[in-house]
Amino acid sequence: MLEIIVFLPILAALAIGLGAPARFTALGAAVITLILSLVAAIQFESNVEGMFQMGSDRPLLVMDGFPTLSLSFGVDGISLVLLLLSTLVLVAAVLVSPQESEIKGSSKLYYSSLLLIGGGAIGAFLSTDLFFLYAFHELALIPTFLMIGIFGKGEDRVKTAWTITIYLGVGSLILLVGLIMAVVGLGGTTFQIAELIAIAEDPESGIAAGDQTWIYLLLLIGFGILVSLFPFHSWAAPAYSQAPTPVAMLHAGVLKKFGLYGLIRIALPILPAGAESLANVVLILLLGNIIYLGLVTIAQKSLDRMLGYSSVMHMGYVFLGIVAANSIGVSGAVLLMFAHGVSIALLFALCGWMRDHFGTVKFEELGGIASKLPKLGLLFGFAAFAAAGLPGFANFAAEVAVFFGAFSGMGDQLGWIQWTTIIALWGVVISAVYMLRAYRNLFMGPVAPKMEIPTDLSWSTRLPLLLLLAALVAVGFVPELLNQFIRPGVDGLLPAVAG
Amino acid sequence: MPVYFLEIIVVALGLVMLMIDAFVKLEDKRSIAWLGMIGLAVVFGLLFAVKWPESTDGVFWQFYESGDSFSLYFKGIAIVATFLVLLMATIYTPIVVAQTARPEKDAHPQSGLGEFFALPMFACAGLMWMASANNLVSIFVSLETVTISFYIMVAYLRRNVGSLEAGVKYLILGALSTAFLVYGFAWLFGITGTMQLDGIKEALTSSDVNVTAALFAFALILVSLAFKVGGAPFHFWIPDVYQGAPTPITAFLSVGSKAAGFLVLLRLISPFLASDALVGKVTVVLGAIAFLTLLIGNLAALPQKNFKRLLAYSSVAHAGFLLMALACTPRASETAAGTSPAQVIAFYLGAYLLMTLLAFLVVTVIRSQMVSEEVDAFRGLAKRSPFLSLALLFAMASLAGIPLTAGFVGKFLVFKLAIEQEQWFLLVVGLIGAAAGFYYYLKIAASMYLATPAKDASTEPLQATMLTKTIMVILMVAIIVAGIAPNVIMGLFS
Repeated sequence: MLEIIVFLPILAALAIGLGAPARFTALGAAVITLILSLVAAIQFESNVEGMFQMGSDRPLLVMDGFPTLSLSFGVDGISLVLLLLSTLVLVAAVLVSPQESEIKGSSKLYYSSLLLIGGGAIGAFLSTDLFFLYAFHELALIPTFLMIGIFGKGEDRVKTAWTITIYLGVGSLILLVGLIMAVVGLGGTTFQIAELIAIAEDPESGIAAGDQTWIYLLLLIGFGILVSLFPFHSWAAPAYSQAPTPVAMLHAGVLKKFGLYGLIRIALPILPAGAESLANVVLILLLGNIIYLGLVTIAQKSLDRMLGYSSVMHMGYVFLGIVAANSIGVSGAVLLMFAHGVSIALLFALCGWMRDHFGTVKFEELGGIASKLPKLGLLFGFAAFAAAGLPGFANFAAEVAVFFGAFSGMGDQLGWIQWTTIIALWGVVISAVYMLRAYRNLFMGPVAPKMEIPTDLSWSTRLPLLLLLAALVAVGFVPELLNQFIRPGVDGLLPAVAG
Repeated sequence: MPVYFLEIIVVALGLVMLMIDAFVKLEDKRSIAWLGMIGLAVVFGLLFAVKWPESTDGVFWQFYESGDSFSLYFKGIAIVATFLVLLMATIYTPIVVAQTARPEKDAHPQSGLGEFFALPMFACAGLMWMASANNLVSIFVSLETVTISFYIMVAYLRRNVGSLEAGVKYLILGALSTAFLVYGFAWLFGITGTMQLDGIKEALTSSDVNVTAALFAFALILVSLAFKVGGAPFHFWIPDVYQGAPTPITAFLSVGSKAAGFLVLLRLISPFLASDALVGKVTVVLGAIAFLTLLIGNLAALPQKNFKRLLAYSSVAHAGFLLMALACTPRASETAAGTSPAQVIAFYLGAYLLMTLLAFLVVTVIRSQMVSEEVDAFRGLAKRSPFLSLALLFAMASLAGIPLTAGFVGKFLVFKLAIEQEQWFLLVVGLIGAAAGFYYYLKIAASMYLATPAKDASTEPLQATMLTKTIMVILMVAIIVAGIAPNVIMGLFS
C-alpha cells in the first residue's frame, strides 16, 4: 500500500503530462493518497517488533562489493505523522490552486509540478533505504525551480528561483557526502536505515567518536540548509514570499520538514556522540533562529515576508527538541513539525488569497478587513493564534513538550540547554508580538482608504482551510491522536540516542 | 556466432552503403542512412547471440579479447551511439547539403552526402574492435581507424570555415597525440618485451620492474589518452572542435570517442595500477589530472553562451568525474571490499551516453530549423515546443546529476569511491564541480522555461518526426529507469 501512496501522485503527474485533465487528476490523486494514508494510520499497530511496518522491498542494484540499493518503503510512528501532514497539505494545496483557465501558462506544468513536489516529500518520508530517502527529496528541486520561475509573484522571481535551487542543490550535495561517509564508516555493507542503526548501536562497529563529529557536522550543514537553520536561512523568506501559494504551502509546510526528519531518523541514532559534541553549537544556532530571526520577523512590512521569516524562526524550536535528545523533547519536535506544517500552510493559503483579491499584502496598504470580511478575519485569527502557540491548538501542545524535554535533563545547576530554553521561551513572546501585530494592522482599525473590497471567502475556498484548521484544533485538544504514533516511534530510536 | 563477426558485418555494411551511394541512383540519399540504422539495429540484437570461442590458441586471439562481457557492453555503447548519430545525420541533412553540395548543374542535389552516413559506420567498427583489443598493436590500429574517420567527419562541411578550422585543429593535435601514444607503446614494449596486455601486466607486477622507465611509458600514454578523453591540461581542442564540427559528429565525438578512450585507458592503466611499485605514483598523477579536469571543465562551462561549447566543457567536466573514479583505484594489496572503478566507469559511460545523446538529438532538431545554436535562441522554447523542451530538461537534469536520473547514480558511485579511498581533495573539487553543474545545466532549462522569447522570434512549433520523438521518449524513459533501477545497466556487464 505504501508503494501506491508514494507513486500515485507521481503517476498522476505523468498522466497530466500525457493529457489527463490537470486539476481533476491532481485533486483525485491527492484525495486518494490522503484516504490511503488515513487507512495506513488505522492499520498501524503500536508496540510491534522491528522498526518499520507495512514494509516492502525491491532490490534495484545488486553488484559485487557494493551494498544493495533497494526501493523499500516502511512506516513507523514518526514517518506516519509526517505522511499524514504531507497528504493533508497536498490536498489543501491542490484545492487552493487556481482553476486551469486562470493559470497564466501551462496548467499541465503547474499541476504536475505540484504533484511531484508532494510525491517527492511523501517518498522521502516513507523510504527506508537511505539512497531513495535522499533521492526522493530531490524530486522537488526542478519542479520548485520551474514553479517559482514561471508562476511566481514579483519581478525578482527568476532570481529567487535560482537562489533557492542553487542553495538547496549545494545543501543536498553536502548532505550526500555526509550520508555516504556515514554509510562507509559503518562498513559500507547496507543502505537500509534499520540495519545501519543496528550496526551503529553495536559499540564495536559504530563510528569512532572523533569521526562522528565531522560527519554530524556535514549532516548538520546539509540538513540545516534544507531546514533554513541560522545562518543558512537566507533563501527561505524570499522564496516563500514569491512562490505561488500552493508551492509555498508545500515547501514551508512539508518539504522543509525533510531536513528535520533526516536529523531525527538518521543523524541522532547513527551519530549519537557527534550529536552530543556539537550540541552546544546547535544551541547557539537555534537561538539565532528563534531570537535574531524572530526580531527580523517583527520588522517585516508585508504579510508574505513576515510569514516566510516566521516559518524559519519556528524551526528553532524543533532543533531544541532534537538537541534535547530525550523521549519528550524529540516527540515534541515531531509533533511540532506536524503542527507547524499545517499552520504555516494555512497561513500561506490565506495570504495567497488576500494577495489575489486585494492585490497587495503590505501592512500599510491594508486595514480593517475584519469588519468587511468577517469569515476571512475569523479564519486568519485562528491561524495566527495557532502559529503563536495559543493553548487549544496543536502548536501549543508541541511547544510545551519541547520545552519540557529540553529542561528535563537538568542536574544540580542549569546547563547550556536549560539556559537556551530560558532564552528561547522569549520566542513565544516574539511570535505573539508579530502575529498579533499583523492581525491588528490587517484586520482591525479603520478600513484602509484605497483598499478594494472583494467578496468574502466562498465555501469552496473555505473547505481546504477548514480542513487544515480542524486538524490543528483536533490535535491541539487531543494530542494523543498523534502522540500514540510518535511516542513508540521515538522510543524505538532512542535507545541508540542514550547509548 | 563468433564475436568478431559483429565488426565484419558493420564494416561490410559501411562498404555496401558506399557502393549504393556510388552506383545506385537514389531520389533521397537519406535511405542510405536508414539502411545503416536497420543494419545496426540487427547487429545490436546479435550482441546477445555471441558465442565465445572454445579454444583461444590461434594467433587471432592474441589480438582480440576472448570472453569478456565488458567488451560486449562497450560494443553496445558504440552501436547505440552510431545508430543515434545516423538518426541525427538524417535530420541534419539540409545543412550538410547546403554546405557541401557541388554547384555543377547535372550533379545530384545531394551529392557528397552518402559518405556522411557511411563514415560513422567505419568509426563504429573501429570502436567495437577497440572494445575487444587486448594487444598494443590492435589497440593502436583500432584507435587510428576511429580517429581517421573522425578527421574526415569533423571537417565534413567543406564550405563552412568553422568546420574546416575544427578539422585542422583536430588533425594536428590528434596526430601529435598519436605520436605520444606510439612512443609510449615503444617504451612499454621495451620494458616488458611483449605486446600482450596480459604479459605486460605480468611484467609490471613482477618485483624487478624498472620503475623509472615504466613511469615514463605511463606518462607518454597518459598524455595521449588524456587528449582523447578530454582530460586537462590536454583538453584545449575540445571546445573549438565541438563547436565547429557538424552537430551529429560532435555528439559522436563526445560519446563514442570518450567511451573508447576510457576503455583503452582502463585497459592500459590497469597493469600499472596492479603493480605495487607503481600504483602510488600513478594514482597521484591521475588524481592531479582529475583535479584539474574537474576544475577547468566545470568552471569554464559557467559563462558559455553557445550550446555546443557548453556541452563541450560539460564533456570535459564529465571526463573529470570519470578520471576521479580511476584515480580512486584501491591498491591491489588491499583487500578492497568497495566498488571497482572499472564498473563505476562503465556505468557512468552508459548513463553519459543516454543523456548526452538525448541532448544532442534535441539540439540537432532545433538546429535544423533555427539558424542559431546560442543558448539565447532557446528562449521561450517551452511555449513553442513543449515536448522538445521537456526532453532537453530531462537531459539537463540528468547531466546535472539530479537524483532519480541515471546521471545521479553515476556521480553517486564516483563520490562513494572517493570517500572509500579518502581522496578528500578530489571530493571537494568534485562537489564544487557538481554544484557548478546545477547552474550551467539549469541555465538551459531557465532559458527554455523562464525567459521570454525575443520579439522577432517565430512561434511556429518545431517539427520532429514520429521516429525522432519515439527515440527521445525511449531515451527519457531509459534515463529515469537507470536512475531508479541501476541494475538495468549494471546487469549488462557484471
